[in-house]
Amino acid sequence: MTKTAISAHQLVKWFGEGEARTHAVKAASFEANFGEIFYLVGPSGSGKTTLLSMVSGILKPESGSVTIDETDIWTLSNDELADFRLNRIGFVFQDYHLFPRLTTLENVAIPLILKQRVWDDALQEALKYLEIVGLKDRAHLAPFKLSGGEQQRVAIARAIVSQPDILIFDEPTASLDGDTGKKIMSFINDEILNDHRCVLVVTHDSRIFEYADKIMKMEDGAVTAIEHKNEIK
Amino acid sequence: MKGILKIAFKLLVNDKGKFAALLMGITFAVFLMVMMTSIFSGVLRSASSVVINIGAKIWVMDPAVTTVANSIPMPEFVEDAVRSIDGVKFAVPLFSGSATLRLTNGAYQAVSILGLDDTSLLGRPELMEGNIDDIFAENGFLVIKDSEINKLNNPHIGTTFELNEHRGVIVGIAKVAANGLFGMPTLYTTYNRAIQYIPTARYTTSYVLVEPKSPEAVQHIKDEVKKLGYVAVTNEEFRDNISTYYKYKTGLGTNILIMTLISFIVGLSISGQTFYTFILENLDKFGALKAIGAKSRELIIMIVFQAGFTALTGYGLGVGLCTLMIGLAKMRLPNYASVVTFGNLGIAFIMVLIIAIFSSLIGVRKVLKIEPFDVFRG
Ligand SMILES: Nc1ncnc2c1ncn2[C@@H]1O[C@H](COP(=O)(O)OP(=O)(O)OP(=O)(O)O)[C@@H](O)[C@H]1O
Ligand SMILES: [Mg+2]
Repeated sequence: MTKTAISAHQLVKWFGEGEARTHAVKAASFEANFGEIFYLVGPSGSGKTTLLSMVSGILKPESGSVTIDETDIWTLSNDELADFRLNRIGFVFQDYHLFPRLTTLENVAIPLILKQRVWDDALQEALKYLEIVGLKDRAHLAPFKLSGGEQQRVAIARAIVSQPDILIFDEPTASLDGDTGKKIMSFINDEILNDHRCVLVVTHDSRIFEYADKIMKMEDGAVTAIEHKNEIK
Repeated sequence: MKGILKIAFKLLVNDKGKFAALLMGITFAVFLMVMMTSIFSGVLRSASSVVINIGAKIWVMDPAVTTVANSIPMPEFVEDAVRSIDGVKFAVPLFSGSATLRLTNGAYQAVSILGLDDTSLLGRPELMEGNIDDIFAENGFLVIKDSEINKLNNPHIGTTFELNEHRGVIVGIAKVAANGLFGMPTLYTTYNRAIQYIPTARYTTSYVLVEPKSPEAVQHIKDEVKKLGYVAVTNEEFRDNISTYYKYKTGLGTNILIMTLISFIVGLSISGQTFYTFILENLDKFGALKAIGAKSRELIIMIVFQAGFTALTGYGLGVGLCTLMIGLAKMRLPNYASVVTFGNLGIAFIMVLIIAIFSSLIGVRKVLKIEPFDVFRG
């Protein structure tokens, strides 16, 4: 029996007021399970990032609810929500957002530091995750000395270092070439995904559709279709 | 918490260019502020040097006197009248004036001359060479060994000069606590010789120096002197009056104030601006930290720590640099009028705190406003 990881119910978000109001997301609902890689696809401006942000607890919806593993996240206070993200959700941003003034290892350790772990412990733990993404020997370099694909892997190590059960990727392969993109996705599929994890991926990149368990299509703020693995061509 | 501060520290210090610029801005501002105010303190001390050196507890003078150098002679009866006031232990005259000497080589040199009461020699300087009794010898003068003494051609005991058709001879070399402001050598002699050698108008007493019988008597003495049409001030009051005069009645105080403000503004803008750029450059990372789960409070702590650390380091460097410069200057110019007081350091410290608070505020404002969603959207 698969367990529901994320349940989004009738999420609505608009920006601006009056004439200028954009309905970014119109009553979107979906469910994603643990053990799944869940894709969010659709044309630019269709509301993918907005939906992803509401689901991951960084953008408050106008209405609707998000339940992650039985927690209704938008009923939490700001600080509780921050703690929830810290403990349960790992983010990989499109531009990685690694600190150039910290070493690769220190970057990976940040979530642990935020969880009040002692500095040396945090670094030791982080090193294990750098090893998982195959970059142990780059630990003491500045992140900008690494290639794009390597930086992406550092960002992944940072996202998984606190062992979250939800992983959020926004356009993980947008700035990578096709081969590297595929390598990253197969790495996520083989090494990161497990029965206690759910991976949410926003992408434009049809080259990596083969790694999806479900693909949800959005258009103009609304969900238009959800396809399962066997239906994906 | 410690881990966050360590991250904040590394973000700051590893950005060597910006950190150096920040430190330079603050160091420079502190240096200028402390330097300016120290010079001013030094000048104020010099301006009161006669009051400091003579050391009398109460000074009686004409109400129009503003600085010690511009004394207004009083008639002799004042001294007698003051002496008979209840609570006065003793009262003696002081002559303070200037004159032009003709040196043995024929050159002329302006000097300040202090004439001490013949019986008590109240306010006499500490002798380094010679015997104080020789001040009563014929034509006897003491010379103060300060940075101006060389203007008298290396005088030693026995050196002679001419003063208004009178002969003068150096009978002792002395030192005093505070150097004068006006760049003139200083000679001491007796009151009677001073008024005899230096022509004045009808009146000859520059100041009457008073020793009260007890501290309680001071107010009564002041009141009685006032009835005579003169003023009596304590040593501290006289020095305050002189300070006030230089601070508010001459361009000096205003100029120093303006310079200090300019240094402050320069420091504030350099460091504020650099810190702002630093925050802007890291803004998306702060946004990412927020998304990951950093709380606003933690981000504020990071920024305040960065601003505070920079400000304090800059303050230390600035004060150090200042002390070094003043120390070096004093080695070369013993009379260099500059003293670092706790007041100066305090003012600079407050200004540095303002710089730190201001920089933190703009940083914190920016960081609190950044939405992780905007970071997400890129
Ligand atoms: N902060 C905002 N203020 C105003 N409008 C916004 C804001 N954020 C998003 N929008 C609008 O909401 C709509 C959905 O934006 P969103 O970023 O979610 O699209 P997307 O599907 O992620 O697009 P892309 O594929 O280009 O990333 C767009 O029309 C966008 O202009
Ligand atoms: Mg997007």
